[in-house]
Amino acid sequence: MATSATVSAPRSGGRSFVQRLRSGDEIARLITLAFATSILLVTVALVYELWVTSALPRQKFGLSFLTSSSWDPVSGQFGALPFIYGTVITSAIALFIAVPIGVGAAIFLAELAPARISSAFTFFIELLAAVPSVIYGLLAIFTLVPLMRDYVEPFLRKTLGFLPIFSGNIYGYGYLTAGVILAVMTLPFIISISREALLEVPTEQREAALALGATRWESTWQAVVPWARLGIFGSIFLALARALGETMAVTMVIGNDPTIHASLFAPGYAIAPIIANEFTEATGDLYLQSLVGLALVLFFLTVVINALARLLIIATTRRGSAHP
Amino acid sequence: MTLRNRWRKTLSYIMLSLTGVCAVLAVSLLFVILGYLIYNGGRSLDWNFFTKLPKPPGENGSGMANAILGSIQIVLLATLIGLPVGFMAGIYLSEFGGKTFAFLVRYMADLLNGVPSIVIGIFVWTVVVRRFHFSAIAGALALALILIPITARSTEQFMISVPQTLREGALALGASKWKTIATVVVPAAYRGIATGMILGVARISGETAPLLFTSLNNQFWSGGLSQPTASLPVMVYTHALAPYDDWHRQAWAAGLVLLLGVLFANIAARLILSRGIAVQK
Repeated sequence: MATSATVSAPRSGGRSFVQRLRSGDEIARLITLAFATSILLVTVALVYELWVTSALPRQKFGLSFLTSSSWDPVSGQFGALPFIYGTVITSAIALFIAVPIGVGAAIFLAELAPARISSAFTFFIELLAAVPSVIYGLLAIFTLVPLMRDYVEPFLRKTLGFLPIFSGNIYGYGYLTAGVILAVMTLPFIISISREALLEVPTEQREAALALGATRWESTWQAVVPWARLGIFGSIFLALARALGETMAVTMVIGNDPTIHASLFAPGYAIAPIIANEFTEATGDLYLQSLVGLALVLFFLTVVINALARLLIIATTRRGSAHP
Repeated sequence: MTLRNRWRKTLSYIMLSLTGVCAVLAVSLLFVILGYLIYNGGRSLDWNFFTKLPKPPGENGSGMANAILGSIQIVLLATLIGLPVGFMAGIYLSEFGGKTFAFLVRYMADLLNGVPSIVIGIFVWTVVVRRFHFSAIAGALALALILIPITARSTEQFMISVPQTLREGALALGASKWKTIATVVVPAAYRGIATGMILGVARISGETAPLLFTSLNNQFWSGGLSQPTASLPVMVYTHALAPYDDWHRQAWAAGLVLLLGVLFANIAARLILSRGIAVQK
């Protein structure tokens, strides 16, 4: 570290501005600085444009835009609640399914699998993460929807039908189907980041537990997983942010009904799908700006969740490197 | 062995096997997806798909040549905008960045990276489409906005991992800083940088949501870069939702072409990187 410090010091202090300009360093710095600044400006412009373009519904409805559940373009009533509800509930279903499977698979890849199998599996998981969203939607329409309609949902209604969330008519399109396809899409993120967090855990942690007479599972579950828990939580938050903003697959299977239903079988709506479906057809400024307002809500949701995810992931890698 | 110990051993076996089941389940999803698309898409894929225009439902010999060309145009244009900007910003972050400003740029890049792609589409609509009209250029701008932060962060990451001694060697020989970067640091990191770029381009090739309100769609050949343009992802979306069987077949074919393209790029990118590490050792 000391050597790099002595070399990097003269770059700014040793030579005058003119000298640096002549050698081209200052020009190179300014050019790259301009490009870096463009990222900053674009992000600021994005927030500004969304804020300005959603001014009408903010003036007209105020905070009740977020709490009203009536979405009626004909009479000019715009409430975001059914969409916020749909986004939250489908993401919750997705995490409920994807977290146990994802963490389980990550434990297998980091703790048990031989190196060759682990790297092959990780490669396939990374490919799974690269599959475009619209492909998941295509598959969901023609395979998942019939499967849910004919087998999974009737079974759930028969066994757990006393719960309001598993009762009512079955359509195939609805919150539950959207949640399941989101689970499939978020799974690779949970697996690959949880796996990295588990690999950061020092070997002593395992050896100590095994030396005390713990079984392999006890050592994994009580000594290794708690050590990596921040990274695992980080992966879950990252998956959540993905699920909240996911558009195409959800749009294709959620059923497009802007009312809140207690039953998970019922067709619903979410923030990204309503924007995708109605934005190009929106007539009138209020309608259009309400959709932009929904985009702003979605933006803030994902920014907060992403920030939490990043903090957690940074926290684990810092701690991992502090205990070599 | 006491009963309790036997139970602990059994539990250990059960739970560890379950984690294996989870991993196999996750990986098999990829093969189910791939197999299903090859089965359905392969049946519907023919030469017409690559050479003909889309036709109304019920007519034979329909294709998606315009969407294939449109996708290539939009992604190419987005690449031409996004890669240089991201690359230069990455160089700044890794080589010139101070503390505060570089932190701010890094933070904003991560923030932009996490923005749902449909929100990017809305942003480009408010800035570009609202003032002009739906066009391939607007679609390319939306995709470029997704590509820039990805490229910047991956370029930065791979340039930081170039050993400091290489830079010092070049500087000690009297090279200026920009010459050091251009002739030593970037060449040392180029495999990683290239991998990040290919992955980024593969990612934007499959994006659908930001194109819905920017490049829109088109049943015919596009009238130029400033006109609404068809693209494969949007075609998959519209054809899958339409109530016609022959359109569904077209959607499967388009989905297969799209998926194979994206997976091929991903595999190629990872091969470049793994070979690069082998050479460095």
